[in-house]
Amino acid sequence: MSIILTQSFTGISIGAVLLLIALGLSLTFGQMGVINMAHGEFIMAGAYTVYLLQGPLSSAGMSLLVALPTAFLVAGAMGVLLEWLLIRRLYARPLDTLLVTWGVSLMLQQLARDLFGAPNVHTEIPGWLSGRVTVIGGDDPLTLTHARLFILALALAAVVALTLALRLTPLGRRIRAVVQHRDLAEASGIATARVDRITFFIGSGLAGLAGVALTLVGPIGPTMGTNVIIDAFLVVVVGGIGQLRGAVIAAFALGVLQAVMEYSTTVSVARVTVLIAIVAFLQWRPQGIYTLRTRSLA
Amino acid sequence: MPKARGHRLLTTVLALLTAVVMTACGARTGEDTPAGRVAEVDTSADTIKVGLLNSLSGTMAISEVTVRDALLLAIDEINAAGGVLGRQIEPVSEDGASDWPTFAEKAEKLIRQDRVAAVFGCWTSASRKAVLPVFERNGSLLFYPVQYEGLEQSPSIFYTGATTNQQIVPALDYLREEEGVESLYLVGSDYVFPRTANRIIKAYAEEHGIEIAGEDYAPLGSTEFATIANKVQAAGADAVFNTLNGDSNVSFFREYQALGLTAESMPVLSVSIAEEEVRSIGAQTLAGQLTSWNYYQTTPSAANERFVAAYQAEYGEDRPTSDPMEAAYTSVHLWAAMVEEAGSFEVADVRAAADGITFDAPEGTVTVDGETQHLHKTNRIGRIGADGLITEVWSSKTPIRPDPYLRAYEWARGLAAGDRS
Repeated sequence: MSIILTQSFTGISIGAVLLLIALGLSLTFGQMGVINMAHGEFIMAGAYTVYLLQGPLSSAGMSLLVALPTAFLVAGAMGVLLEWLLIRRLYARPLDTLLVTWGVSLMLQQLARDLFGAPNVHTEIPGWLSGRVTVIGGDDPLTLTHARLFILALALAAVVALTLALRLTPLGRRIRAVVQHRDLAEASGIATARVDRITFFIGSGLAGLAGVALTLVGPIGPTMGTNVIIDAFLVVVVGGIGQLRGAVIAAFALGVLQAVMEYSTTVSVARVTVLIAIVAFLQWRPQGIYTLRTRSLA
Repeated sequence: MPKARGHRLLTTVLALLTAVVMTACGARTGEDTPAGRVAEVDTSADTIKVGLLNSLSGTMAISEVTVRDALLLAIDEINAAGGVLGRQIEPVSEDGASDWPTFAEKAEKLIRQDRVAAVFGCWTSASRKAVLPVFERNGSLLFYPVQYEGLEQSPSIFYTGATTNQQIVPALDYLREEEGVESLYLVGSDYVFPRTANRIIKAYAEEHGIEIAGEDYAPLGSTEFATIANKVQAAGADAVFNTLNGDSNVSFFREYQALGLTAESMPVLSVSIAEEEVRSIGAQTLAGQLTSWNYYQTTPSAANERFVAAYQAEYGEDRPTSDPMEAAYTSVHLWAAMVEEAGSFEVADVRAAADGITFDAPEGTVTVDGETQHLHKTNRIGRIGADGLITEVWSSKTPIRPDPYLRAYEWARGLAAGDRS
């Protein structure tokens, strides 16, 4: 009985990881229409930040907490640099953006190999994250691990913070204005280029946060970003482009479906089921769970 | 419509990515050339050339570079002692780049162009299967230093790592007899070695009344193990037999630990984790767990002390030695001994001289079995320590005769025939 609950929780925690890696993408791809293939490498940068901080900060717990804002800034800065150097010159040419950012992604992977070596590295998990909570005791226990709960909390905090920022702050209003109608926003005096850069900073910074979370579940390596980026794109497409709500629902739905199928069958079958479900869903609703309503004529 | 374009573009991206992944996985065999040639060894120079074929780049580089280093160490030793048949050995190193078609191409190059006397290398079974036809077609020799799934035998290959009856079968004997294991959970990466190993394990389990509580495969490189760990815990088996490869181990052991499973409550016996992997996965995560190999850095023997000292003097104090490295080091010495015995570098003469050749290897004395071209090797079950070294807790005492097709085992009937029961 409790195995159903355990698996549901596992699914939700897989969904939380998916959500974290998709959140930044939902912003840059969804809001700005930029397909940034180097997004995965920003995740990698966040993960290596934890690794680097674990040297000088001897306590694993401390370095993880310090890594959260640091990784956000590091990945965000990389994003801004990429936007400023390359992407802003290619806004009207999506296919070129795709190829250029893919090239950047390969270069960043090689850079990581040269800086940190080809073998994967790993970080210590702080003591307060290596335990577990027993919700239901007895012979058939339901236990939730601290690391997974932490990732879930981090994902939800990121969603709430991002939603509030978009809804309530002047910057959020400007971002929404640019998304809904770029020309009109520009005509009303919004510096769209600046808004784009800030949006890119936040989106890339969220990738850095995802990288920090991923160090709790797996190794850190040059290709870790590539491994998760497809899943992130899937979440964004299913959720509906430019829709945070959609991304949240899609991430948890895909996570739970994966976990439940994986429990009753095998990893491969679960994977196939999830992909088929996505294809079928997109046939029925090509625009995703939610669509953005705009007055834009383009 | 920007939205529709976004979707179409994304479909293209996903299709492109899939194509890239498929090309990377797809295996293409070497070009077909007129069959039946016999490799001519280049004996015109004062030195004799041998080929080293290892992945020096790509995902396998982490493991294969250490094997290349061990091969070079053995060549240096032989050269310092006067060479083979009075000639110095000249290594020709090629990069297989973790890509199986590249392995086949480079093997062809070493044989045809450099006309080497023998090639040492390969790690994954996929790379071995890719070069096998090249060596057979050219009548050349490969020395393969890694434990593998058995059920193979080629006159063109000498296998100096363990076959299944020197690694997996003794590990099962140990679990059953020493740990009293009555049920097993099988976890592995989804490719040829774990699938074949688990077929053998299931046949063994059926014969000895061990219950297989579950069996799960994760794609190579997978890092999401929460569900598999949940299944392992829910099944409540006495032990886990782990054939996961590489980084998946990090994620698997983290989830396993997080669920409160320990080496005491549900030990995990791994057959793809050696000292080098312990270092990259983290000793803290693995401490107390079991492994099955023929050699550990801590194996007590005078030959091993010399090997470890020479290796660390050459490549650094912090570099551990492991089973595949030892098997690679041994393979060069065995080849040299075969050549000396044959009095010739020609492949046919070397092969004819192989049977009964012995070498005082770091793992103890090993003997070449001429019929199967495998080695008689002693099995050792080890426990991983917090310092990253593995110490022996049990051994087969004497070298085990290689039996790649498990012909001596009644319960293994039908495995070799390829039936997938």
